[in-house]
Amino acid sequence: MTALVPLVVILPILGAALALLASARPRLQRTIAAVALTAVLGLGIALTAAVADGSMLVMPVGGWPVPFGIVLVVDRLSALLLTVSAAVLLAVLVFSIGQGIADGDDREAPVSIFYPTYLVLAAGVFDAFIAGDLFNLYVGFEILLVSSYVLITVGGTEPRIRAGTTYIVVSLVSSTLFLAAVGAIYAATGTVNMAQIAQRVAVLPEGVQVLLHVMLLTAFGIKAAVFPLSFWLPDSYPTAIAPVTAVFAGLLTKVGVYAILRTETTLFPGPELNPLLLVVAMLTMLVGVLGAIAQADIKRMLSFTLVSHIGYLIMGVGLGTAAGTAAAIFYTVHHIVVQTTLFLTAGLIERRAGTTTITRLGGLLAASPALGALYLLPALNLGGIPPFSGFLGKLGLLEAGAAARDPLTYVVVGVATLTSLLTLYPLVRVWNVSFWRPAKQVAEGSRLTDELHEDPFRPQTTGTRALTRPMVASTAGMVALGLAITVFAGPLYGYAEQAGTTLQDWPVYVQGVLGR
Amino acid sequence: MSVSVALLGAMAVLYACGVYLLLEKSVTRIILGILLIGNATNLLLLALAGPPGAPPIAGSGPSSDPLPQALILTAIVITFAVSAFLMALVYRSWRIAQEDRLERDEADVAVGQGDQPETEAAAADEESEFDRPGGTG
Repeated sequence: MTALVPLVVILPILGAALALLASARPRLQRTIAAVALTAVLGLGIALTAAVADGSMLVMPVGGWPVPFGIVLVVDRLSALLLTVSAAVLLAVLVFSIGQGIADGDDREAPVSIFYPTYLVLAAGVFDAFIAGDLFNLYVGFEILLVSSYVLITVGGTEPRIRAGTTYIVVSLVSSTLFLAAVGAIYAATGTVNMAQIAQRVAVLPEGVQVLLHVMLLTAFGIKAAVFPLSFWLPDSYPTAIAPVTAVFAGLLTKVGVYAILRTETTLFPGPELNPLLLVVAMLTMLVGVLGAIAQADIKRMLSFTLVSHIGYLIMGVGLGTAAGTAAAIFYTVHHIVVQTTLFLTAGLIERRAGTTTITRLGGLLAASPALGALYLLPALNLGGIPPFSGFLGKLGLLEAGAAARDPLTYVVVGVATLTSLLTLYPLVRVWNVSFWRPAKQVAEGSRLTDELHEDPFRPQTTGTRALTRPMVASTAGMVALGLAITVFAGPLYGYAEQAGTTLQDWPVYVQGVLGR
Repeated sequence: MSVSVALLGAMAVLYACGVYLLLEKSVTRIILGILLIGNATNLLLLALAGPPGAPPIAGSGPSSDPLPQALILTAIVITFAVSAFLMALVYRSWRIAQEDRLERDEADVAVGQGDQPETEAAAADEESEFDRPGGTG
């Protein structure tokens, strides 16, 4: 079983190389990409089953003994996130195939590099999840970031270049900070192996510990879009093509959250910075959702709710308890699926109606009831309406917060509840205005949208294009996956609870990796 | 642990210049800033690697730590790839800006629609075409 671990990274990279060779044959390219991601999904399920009993799969790459070589580690958390991201990447791949076929731009240059780059992005995400070594985590981040630079500017139009430049510069600054932190940690502890760092940080002077800890958190905070460091996200994500925005929103920020979770539970398990994390989580939730309320564009609105929900995840991490960590893990899984689905649906709306600005939308429900269902179900799920998984995840977070019995956590619980209610407002407004309002009333305007301003820097309409069967099918599949998380919430939450309990007990990780 | 002051000074200067350039408006300068910051971080890794020594494989006596140098090599490769991409991006945005200016030149469009069939030379040589008498508006 351990021998299968590196395949998770090798298969997408190999697939990318083959797809690049086959760049003149789009159909072969698509097949290669689909096969590689399906294989990783299968591997992910197998690995999740293998580590469900609490064992860990440790693969010393190149045969070097563990603390000296690079080590790949799969525990419950890694295996779960690996499986979910493989499923999401596969669904979005099907969506982009549908879009590519519909637009008939099979032979244009940007499309021939799209699938290889997409596979490299997948490899980076998977590598970050299984890295047992801080520098390998850095390399995983770089792999996914460099391919995301290419994907966000695909097509090379002016708005994408402008948005891409901001995104790239911000990401590079965070990467540089991360690299400097790795160097400083190596100087302080003499190792970059996460398990060994966990053993050795406790004996460092307190000031040095806090310095290293804050450096790592700042670097990961930029990647995860935590409030004071989140300004770049709503400006850069919405301009990319629909499948790219969807996969970025679902996965890239979550890799940052995963890195924060590892930092807090394995590398620096002490509670010193937990109050800071809770305050930051609170601000992220509030500022994100207030931003969402002010947006006229569905994609920008969704980008702000994404930032807002990162706050929930950070809240779970910041509680520093097994229950909080478990809720954060469950909520991460839920949020990866639901946020990706909503961005895919926004892509469908854009094609069907020619715009995503709600002041110009109307009558969508009459025009396409199926599209209505594809929007309403994930929207209610994200808003946290019972009995959906969004409700269960939030309930878990609020319970964990209330159980901590601390004035600060009570405030955070209150803000989280308020944010949850506020989140419903922009989501339901889109429903009322774009789906329920008859098309002929659009010109009259609506009281709900009077205060909103259209984005002057982006074209408001793009002309309608046909929806293809793969696009609708993959979005429907993602909605179904979201519902499956609701139906199987019991076992999944149990799995997350076990993962959370193990994570809070960091010597288990050290023992699993180093064998002592 | 003793650290070379010259190395630290160079690192500090590189960081300072890099951050200054990063905050400029022009993307070309931002790229230069990123390159400087990247190199400053490499120097930081080198400075944190401990005292210099003999080569780890062949030398005798205390050897220097090879791991940070391996990390630096990886970081250099990554910075190299990213700066190549960024330069392509800058070139692209420069070309888009150029295209925009030509497209919005109404006199040029008018000349193109006139009696003269549009050729590459006619489109590029704006001044003389504009001044030519008989060019219908």
